[in-house]
Amino acid sequence: MSETLKLLSLYPDQMNIYADRGNITFLENRCQWRGIGFEVVSCGIGESFDPGAHDMIYIGGGQDRDQEQVAQDMITTKRAALTEAIESDAVVLAVCGGYQLLGTSWATDSGIRDGLGILDFETVRPDEPRLIGPVAIEIGSDLSKATVAGFENHGGRTWLGEGVRPWGKVLAGHGNNDRDRTEGVAYRNLIGTYLHGPLLPKNHTLADSLITQALQRQGSPEISLEPLEDDLEEAAHRDALEAALSAR
Amino acid sequence: MTAFDTIVRGVGTLSRLTGRGGGTTLPGRLLLKLDPGALSRLGSGLTDGSVLVSATNGKTTTSAMLAAILNSQGESLVANSAGSNMPWGITTALVDGTGSLGLFEVDEAWLPDVAAALDPKVILLGNLFRDQLDRYGETETLASRWRETANSSGAGTTWVLNADDPLVSEVGRPEPRGEVLYFGIEDLAVALPEAPHARDAKHCRECGATLEFAGIFSGHLGHWSCPDCGSSRPLPAIRATDIQLEGMSGLRARIETGFEEGLLVLPIPGLYNLYNALGAIAAATALGVGLSDCLEALSEMDAVFGRVERFRLEGRDLSVLLIKNPVGTNEVLRTLGLEDPPLDLWICLNDRIADGRDVSWIWDADFEVLAERVGSVTCAGTRASEMALRLKYAGWDASRIQVEGNVGASLESALERCSGSLFALPTYTALLELENYISTSRGLERYWER
Repeated sequence: MSETLKLLSLYPDQMNIYADRGNITFLENRCQWRGIGFEVVSCGIGESFDPGAHDMIYIGGGQDRDQEQVAQDMITTKRAALTEAIESDAVVLAVCGGYQLLGTSWATDSGIRDGLGILDFETVRPDEPRLIGPVAIEIGSDLSKATVAGFENHGGRTWLGEGVRPWGKVLAGHGNNDRDRTEGVAYRNLIGTYLHGPLLPKNHTLADSLITQALQRQGSPEISLEPLEDDLEEAAHRDALEAALSAR
Repeated sequence: MTAFDTIVRGVGTLSRLTGRGGGTTLPGRLLLKLDPGALSRLGSGLTDGSVLVSATNGKTTTSAMLAAILNSQGESLVANSAGSNMPWGITTALVDGTGSLGLFEVDEAWLPDVAAALDPKVILLGNLFRDQLDRYGETETLASRWRETANSSGAGTTWVLNADDPLVSEVGRPEPRGEVLYFGIEDLAVALPEAPHARDAKHCRECGATLEFAGIFSGHLGHWSCPDCGSSRPLPAIRATDIQLEGMSGLRARIETGFEEGLLVLPIPGLYNLYNALGAIAAATALGVGLSDCLEALSEMDAVFGRVERFRLEGRDLSVLLIKNPVGTNEVLRTLGLEDPPLDLWICLNDRIADGRDVSWIWDADFEVLAERVGSVTCAGTRASEMALRLKYAGWDASRIQVEGNVGASLESALERCSGSLFALPTYTALLELENYISTSRGLERYWER
């Protein structure tokens, strides 16, 4: 294969609190071991990007102050490009704070803030404890189900609008709001989720499916990734799942 | 001592005799239930007052260093040296101990409460790093709480602060009623070649602008300044220059206090331990100890359990280095990088509550730096598989990585595979398990009985 996966990392200096670089390291290695090129471009405060130039876009979580700065900047400098990339099927993985920003509004301890409003959901912050702990969710349709494991740590409660599709169903842990058993949001090739840990190293099959989607978006319709020696990856997934299910 | 105190002291003895844990916190828990003001009441019995030590990394080592200095001065200490650093652990130490000066390491989140209860003579704050986000929350929030404490506490408290940590040094502003004494590293020759990934203080605490660093020594510790509002690293009164790092065997540095100077020969490795030593010297100075006495006591320091301890097992040297968060781990990795390769390692990652249930931090630590220097690696603990995975993705040769969750079995296997020295890197509860295994299988003393 001679493809190169082009990843856009949004605000890596601000939005990196839960070891978000682990997700990128994981993708990079799995591409390189298969002879697939991997390019990361960072885009930070005040910068803009070309929506057609990236197969995958990543944004992680940040401390409140960072997230506020990023929210304002994102609305002014990146909203239009991000919307266009999402609508043209770029693979987007938005974790924790990065996920919250995609909705209409989100909240800090001191009040409600505007989100990008790309998807119809809102995040509120009631005066209740943060939702912290290992999580296991089930994703996919009846035909192909998969289990995803991770760790969540968020004060915000996210409520999806009418008809907006969650990414998964909570098997163990809190999910979007600790009430309706939904976790994250899914739209076209976008995933928004509270699962960090980081997410991809604990779920190598998910990582590979994102790589596949990203390469297919370049116009190679039938991508079949070369299998890798995944004993450690499988063990790490099992143990992360076990940590969540045993804490249930 | 009230009747309650006597009874709960008996509970501690009973708890130790029956082998139910170290008995290091049970009496305090009980007493605080019966009498919520017990910590303050017992603390007021300390005729020379108390000293509190807090930090994300290095609390235990710094406290041990300060204890060594104060003991050399004939001071009789009440200390919570077993690492029970929450109010009930300190209360237990006060119930059990007899001495005139309290020396307590305090959990970061509990510092405001303990400070309010004890009205200490000295509060030493070493650093604030990203650590167990599931338990402590964001570093900036903790820094703000520390700052509120400093600006509301009594005039009799001297604040000993790390000038190089923007989060900690700003605790001394705008104006605590007590004195402020800063310590820091001057020698930019030992700064890192490039800024590390695991940095938590990027913004000015005053105006929010992005901080600039003339040099970074570790994490976000360095010579910082704000380009917008002019806020900057205060000039430290107690400072280290001419630093020579000597691998695992220790380091040397020139220490200046403004009045005196002298050579520190520290038998414990790493720049992070230089910070611990500087903090201990600064606190001792605040208590009236002269520099040469400090330096002499530190040169004779034994390692503190788990914070670089060495054992001799079946003809092999076992060095134990605690890992628990990205910055501390990076310092351990940097120190190991000074040793001759190939390195034989045993790394034990647990995800129990005291370790933090969230193991994501291992992906923020720069394991990449040792990728070319490893002989054999044994991964153990409740999350052994994820540790091994992290190493594989840090470019370590997967064929040299063995996964064996069980502490005893994995340690034996690591000893078998190692050629001379084995470096053990456990998380906190893994350290306790390691200690327990070594003591039961090798007959070494239990740690809380020393």
